[in-house]
Amino acid sequence: MGQMQNFTKGFIRENPVFVLLLGLCPTLGTTSSAVNGLGMGLATTFVLVMSNMVISMVKNFIPDKVRIPSFIVIIASFVTVVQLTMQAYVPSLYESLGLFIPLIVVNCIVLGRAEAFASKNSVGSSIIDGLGMGLGFAFALTLLGSARELLGSSAIFGFNLAKGDLMLVFILAPGGFIVLGYLIALINKLNKSS
Amino acid sequence: MEYFVIIIGSIFVSNIVLTQFLGICPFIGVSNKLSTSVGMGGAVIFVLTLATMVTWIIQYYVLNPFGLEFMQTIVFILVIAALVQMVEIILKKVSPPLYQALGVFLPLITTNCAVLGVAILTIQKHFNLLEGVTFAASNAIGFTMALVIFSGIREHLDLMEVPKGMRGVPIALVTAGILALAFMGFTGMVK
Repeated sequence: MGQMQNFTKGFIRENPVFVLLLGLCPTLGTTSSAVNGLGMGLATTFVLVMSNMVISMVKNFIPDKVRIPSFIVIIASFVTVVQLTMQAYVPSLYESLGLFIPLIVVNCIVLGRAEAFASKNSVGSSIIDGLGMGLGFAFALTLLGSARELLGSSAIFGFNLAKGDLMLVFILAPGGFIVLGYLIALINKLNKSS
Repeated sequence: MEYFVIIIGSIFVSNIVLTQFLGICPFIGVSNKLSTSVGMGGAVIFVLTLATMVTWIIQYYVLNPFGLEFMQTIVFILVIAALVQMVEIILKKVSPPLYQALGVFLPLITTNCAVLGVAILTIQKHFNLLEGVTFAASNAIGFTMALVIFSGIREHLDLMEVPKGMRGVPIALVTAGILALAFMGFTGMVK
């Protein structure tokens, strides 16, 4: 597989959210607006790229039996880096994402890529894989966030398109489930017809 | 009275799955059959309560006195992973029937974000140990309740005629949305 394909597979064909159904908790929990979704997506991308890089570097030194705990420690270290950096430089985004930043540790996408890709491939292709998957995740979250923001408060990225709120339920918890359900159905349809 | 508020609040009003979006992966993943969801629920109640208790003790007796609060995420996830492994080994030895029932779900629990999420929430809300354990146990019960209700609905859903593109996960998510809508009826019951 070429590097280009490595990079682009995360967007539609193997999109972590819409096709692989990984990392649904942050997907639903942080997408009440497009900005939050994008912020979460980029934070996860950073963790994914860095942990993929380090894991592919040290893969030959880690005994097979303790590889999962070692991966978790590496991932948790980068999550802490993200957590402290966001707290210092973007405190408002840090507030609104709240609990979901430390929870990047248990996001199945990160551990999944470490186990399925970075522990078997070279450093270069692991970085590209992490970047592609991360941006695919960010893309999915931004799409979902925009749809919910548009339906719920008739705004997109904070810019009002109309006055007042529309269907408030789409910003609240139930709307998250419903919009994601329809988006997955749509992507299924597109994937099948192409 | 305060404990009662914590219990009702975390089971119904801010249900961990349906309003806080924690533990969605097992919620969608193992809700196909009623029996597996009961098993998963049991395992979560057990591990979540135990994990919250241990992480609380570590936070207040190790991390805080030594000024290591920034290590919270790393330490907690390691403790949870180790704890799950330990529970698995002990159950296998002490109670084989219980291990048979819960065994397959135990490894999955490490990556269930409800466990780490509740452990961190307990610290953030400044609960004392007993309140924290109550909070954790009732959240786990709320998780189990949502999971069991949902799998009951999904078993019926399998027999229905669903449009082709919506089959499987999409219709399950829409159903979960409607269930969450029903749970919103509890909003405001506890201040």
